[in-house]
Amino acid sequence: MTTSPTARSRGSRPGTGLPVGRIGLWAFILLTVLFFLAPLYVMIVTSLKTMDEVRLSSIFALPMHPTFEAWRFAWSEACTGIECHGLQSGFWNSVRITVPSVAVSVLLGAISGYALSYWKPRGGEILFALLMVGAFIPYQLFIYPLAFAFAKTGLANTLLAVVMVHVFFGLPIVTLIFRNYYAGLPHELVKAAQIDGAGFWRIFRSIILPLSRPILVVAVILQTTGVWNDFLFGLIFGGTNNQPMTVQLNALVSAQFGEKPYNVHMAATILTALIPLAIYLASGRWFVRGIAAGAVKG
Amino acid sequence: MSSARSRNRSRPSLAAGLSLGPAWVIVVAIYIGTAIWTVAMSLTTSRLLPTAQFAGLSQYRRLFTTPRWMQSLENLVLFGVVFIVVALVLGFLLAVALDRKIRFEGAIRTIYLYPYALSFIVTGVVWKWMLDPTMGIQKTMHDLGWTSFRMDWVVDMHMAIYALILAAVWQATGLVMALMLAGLRGVDGDLWKAIEVDGIPTWRAYVAIILPILKPIVVTATVLLGVAVVKAYDLVVALTGGGPGYATDMPAKFIMDFLFQRANIGLASAAATVILLISVLAILPWIYVTYLRAPRR
Repeated sequence: MTTSPTARSRGSRPGTGLPVGRIGLWAFILLTVLFFLAPLYVMIVTSLKTMDEVRLSSIFALPMHPTFEAWRFAWSEACTGIECHGLQSGFWNSVRITVPSVAVSVLLGAISGYALSYWKPRGGEILFALLMVGAFIPYQLFIYPLAFAFAKTGLANTLLAVVMVHVFFGLPIVTLIFRNYYAGLPHELVKAAQIDGAGFWRIFRSIILPLSRPILVVAVILQTTGVWNDFLFGLIFGGTNNQPMTVQLNALVSAQFGEKPYNVHMAATILTALIPLAIYLASGRWFVRGIAAGAVKG
Repeated sequence: MSSARSRNRSRPSLAAGLSLGPAWVIVVAIYIGTAIWTVAMSLTTSRLLPTAQFAGLSQYRRLFTTPRWMQSLENLVLFGVVFIVVALVLGFLLAVALDRKIRFEGAIRTIYLYPYALSFIVTGVVWKWMLDPTMGIQKTMHDLGWTSFRMDWVVDMHMAIYALILAAVWQATGLVMALMLAGLRGVDGDLWKAIEVDGIPTWRAYVAIILPILKPIVVTATVLLGVAVVKAYDLVVALTGGGPGYATDMPAKFIMDFLFQRANIGLASAAATVILLISVLAILPWIYVTYLRAPRR
């Protein structure tokens, strides 16, 4: 934080009052801010218009008579494939998928990271390396055999199947985060507890878990946004009864009859983005820490 | 890392070994098992259903004479290179801008990074609307009197891939910015003092002195973006559907289509195997250096 104390004078010609560099800097910032904000702005204003207004006005124009009608329609009436009950079922499906997926993968990742970091079991390094390779290989390699196996075991198109796949492929990043975090904690605590006769699970519960609160928050944030934003797994493994919101959104916007209700499309898009956006805005620094801890996005 | 240290850290524990059981099962059965299955399928004549009829390398021969596959590989390279370069450069510039002790830094940082919290489906749908030739940015410009303005990338064979790149840059540049900014904040204050004493212009200091220090971060960011490139599927589905024609088709989409719509498991498996080879070759050195040689922070 304490980089250059005189950074303010940098880029300005000494003596002259006009800091040319500062103006260029702010022009650049303004331009980029507009670029990043424009889609969000367009999404919001379009969703508040009627279709008549969407047809006539510019996409950047403010709505003349803001209405949440498109939001209501997107939530409870729009067609997402054969069904026409809006995105609400997708929302609850996403909740039912996300909660167990995050809980199981974070717990499993914490235990694995703890075991790898403190106990160094034989083969641990190999296991970790293989986990990392798994995190980087495109899912297309695994997806058909998994779908085939689920079909053979009667798990195809079930909530359990989707959750399992999220745990399978969420494990590497969560393990990585916890392993790195535990590497930075003093190992003397664990050693002392061992001398006192505490075992693997006892140490985990009484010493490690209470120290893990910050990294648990980071892992939960990262996994929740990751699982919520998933499209592929929900599409392939969820079947029609467990479609997450992203899959329903895609079905909603690709429906091909008549004029496209763009206001409803944009309302549906906002609704789908709402949870991760809220998490991001509420968690700010934690989200960034999650990225820094090794961001891998599916 | 020394074995002496790890030995006196803890005695071998049965519980510790068992606790890694689920992770081992996932790695061996799910990652390795299914990967072997897919590679094996690429050597068979499987179409709608998997069969064990050996077909040698004929699926690969067919794959590399399939124009759509060759096009998707070409698209992957173009998309990958342009997207990664633009995201790295823009991300670095954004980080530098935020590092210049500006006001409202927190708010601006939040704006740069929020798209990264959104899904590729959301990103694709929004940009599809923005780039809609009849109602989006193009129409707005025409209404303003700039009638020669063209932004019909989504329906243009040659420009559609740049629509994809634009949306991807919008979504992922914040990630680069966040990583780079963390790196810039770690730069030693004394170094800045020395730069100042020597009278080196700020922009030159960033390019010639600071950027080399950030090299590990550049590598990490490149790998993360590269992974996103190879996995690119959702964004393509939502923004262009791979079209017009196959102008924005990607290997990931090619594989999905041949698995679940065209019912050609053998060919899709061969394609997946090719992608596996490319990915492993690209990331193996990085994994070795990053995770196995320096586990300490």
